[in-house]
Amino acid sequence: MERFTRLEAFAAPLGLANVDTDQLIPARFMKRSRAEGYGQFLLHDLRFEADGSPKPGFVLSDPRHARAKVLVAGRNFGTGSSREAAVYALWDFGIRCVIAPSFGDIFASNAVKNGLLPAVMPESGVEALMEALPGVGYAVAVDLEACTVRCGDLALAFSVDPVRRLQLLNGWDDIDLTRRHLPEIAAFREARLAAQPWTMPRLGAAG
Amino acid sequence: MSAPRTLFDKLWDSHVITQREDGEALLWVDRHFVHEGSHHAFRKLDEKAAPLAEPGLTFGVADHYVPTRNRHVIGDKEVAGMVDRLSANAARHGFRLFGLDDPAQGIVHVVGPEQGLTLPGLLIVCGDSHTSTHGAFGAYAFGIGASEVAHVLMTQTLWQRKPKRMRVTVSGMLAPHITAKDLALHVIARIGANGAQGHALEYDGSAITALSMEGRLTLCNMSIEAGARCAMVGPDETTFAWVRGRPYAPSGADLDAAIESWRGLTTEPGSVFDREVAIEAAEVVPIVTWGVSPEDALPITGRVPMPDLADPARAAYLADALGYMGLEPGQKLSDVAIDRVFIGSCTNARLEDLRAAAAVLEGRKARVPGLVSPGSSLVKRQAEAEGLDRIFIAAGLDWAESGCSMCVGMNGDLVGAGERCASTTNRNFRGRQGQGARTHLMSPAMVAAAAVTGRLADVRDLPTREG
Repeated sequence: MERFTRLEAFAAPLGLANVDTDQLIPARFMKRSRAEGYGQFLLHDLRFEADGSPKPGFVLSDPRHARAKVLVAGRNFGTGSSREAAVYALWDFGIRCVIAPSFGDIFASNAVKNGLLPAVMPESGVEALMEALPGVGYAVAVDLEACTVRCGDLALAFSVDPVRRLQLLNGWDDIDLTRRHLPEIAAFREARLAAQPWTMPRLGAAG
Repeated sequence: MSAPRTLFDKLWDSHVITQREDGEALLWVDRHFVHEGSHHAFRKLDEKAAPLAEPGLTFGVADHYVPTRNRHVIGDKEVAGMVDRLSANAARHGFRLFGLDDPAQGIVHVVGPEQGLTLPGLLIVCGDSHTSTHGAFGAYAFGIGASEVAHVLMTQTLWQRKPKRMRVTVSGMLAPHITAKDLALHVIARIGANGAQGHALEYDGSAITALSMEGRLTLCNMSIEAGARCAMVGPDETTFAWVRGRPYAPSGADLDAAIESWRGLTTEPGSVFDREVAIEAAEVVPIVTWGVSPEDALPITGRVPMPDLADPARAAYLADALGYMGLEPGQKLSDVAIDRVFIGSCTNARLEDLRAAAAVLEGRKARVPGLVSPGSSLVKRQAEAEGLDRIFIAAGLDWAESGCSMCVGMNGDLVGAGERCASTTNRNFRGRQGQGARTHLMSPAMVAAAAVTGRLADVRDLPTREG
């Protein structure tokens, strides 16, 4: 997994609250292989008209935001379906950090597993950031060591679960960590099935 | 003496394999459900050339993309490929698959409980957010993303940080015609679509105890729409009666021992929750959603909200949502005409749900087209044995096979752009049921009432045989 430490990049002011994962990537695109990237599907139905042309007025239709690596959004970002494809769409578009007052739990977990930072910033901070962005050409600096976002003269604090922060800073892969615990897992399994045999399905795998 | 423990504390403690200094715990997974949309995770397994850790605890279901009509030939090549890939993975890794042609196929969150795979005290995961459903049995059940699915496939474990604890107590009794769906929407409207974020949610109180298993499943299912990490109802005689005789559930002495153990899955008096919400069941009325988030829910007797000029952000949200939904501020909800109905999904397509809808539709005609997709193939067969299919068909609705269908719009069952659908499903998100689709969530009986009146309607105004 890619490490996340500091990011100096452009931030797109999305602003919207309750951006669910169905909007981040509509279901009809998820059958496709990721080989060609999911970036073109990011927020597809908010971004494009039925004929495929960009919707005027939508933030990502603005060429200034084509290279954005940070997205600033309203509360409850990534709510809804557990589809990790929502993170793939953000990542493949180029987004490495989403700043919002709150996140859907499953989305936040999926984001970290892919190296994308879900930065929790109070409503007041998000509002201040949205206001300040046009004045600085939408440039921000995200510092995960210090948990701050700098935008011109503004320095805003954000929070992230401490464990997730370490995972992002170090680029840790869970599975490698877990494999160190294989003997404990085997012992747990044996003890559980001995004490509570009913936890095993009655019919075997052959059903 | 140790502090009193909640039901969730007990579920958590009994699954901890090891605890890290940073607070994350490695948890044992008792059941892992996969579906044809889990292909990203199986690819990760292949990339690491890793075997499936526990084939006997892994169960596959074809549900998300499967056709509900003429299903033996899948026209869409990409969908056919996904269904085939799931079958190939099941054969290769040796896990039980409830595939397209299996008599017990259905929606994963209906199949698990139906087969006795879902039991009290288990930790259950699936790459689907509505896995919270299984908590109705007093299980610790939650949805995960593809990376975590891959982790479970390889290790049968997950790293988790313990969520905070929240309790919703519903006292009194729900009035006639008021269902678990109305209660769920009532709760979400009250606490918000992120009101339970980061929390394990336990439901308690006389109105909860009185719910059938189907009702509890609906309630726990919808809890993800309040942002809950998981939701649960303490197991009781209703739970044990459901489990008895199910194909994969314990039997005989094993079942006796299991029930003995399950009786301990209670929240002890004096337990402390991080958050408590109290609700009077008598206050819950039939609810419909009007907007694009499940929190946008109001009694059917109400009106579409007016913008609050003192709150510009809220006013902008409202204008945007109403623009998408094609509604006017202040419009009476019961004046809103609909174009079609859908009865289905992991939320509301169990036998009790189909019976409730059929009771309203019996002897009546639907004014709009609609689709009924049972929660599982076994539900379908039982409904047909009871003659419910004939009631739906006589009313003018389509009676189809089981799958996620028009709830998620992955299989081609779509609501057209600009069309308004009264739906028993769980999400009224923009475009969820199809690009430009307008979804109103409600209970099965309320959907039936909308079908026969052609508008959002109060089921209490329509007499049924059962009163």
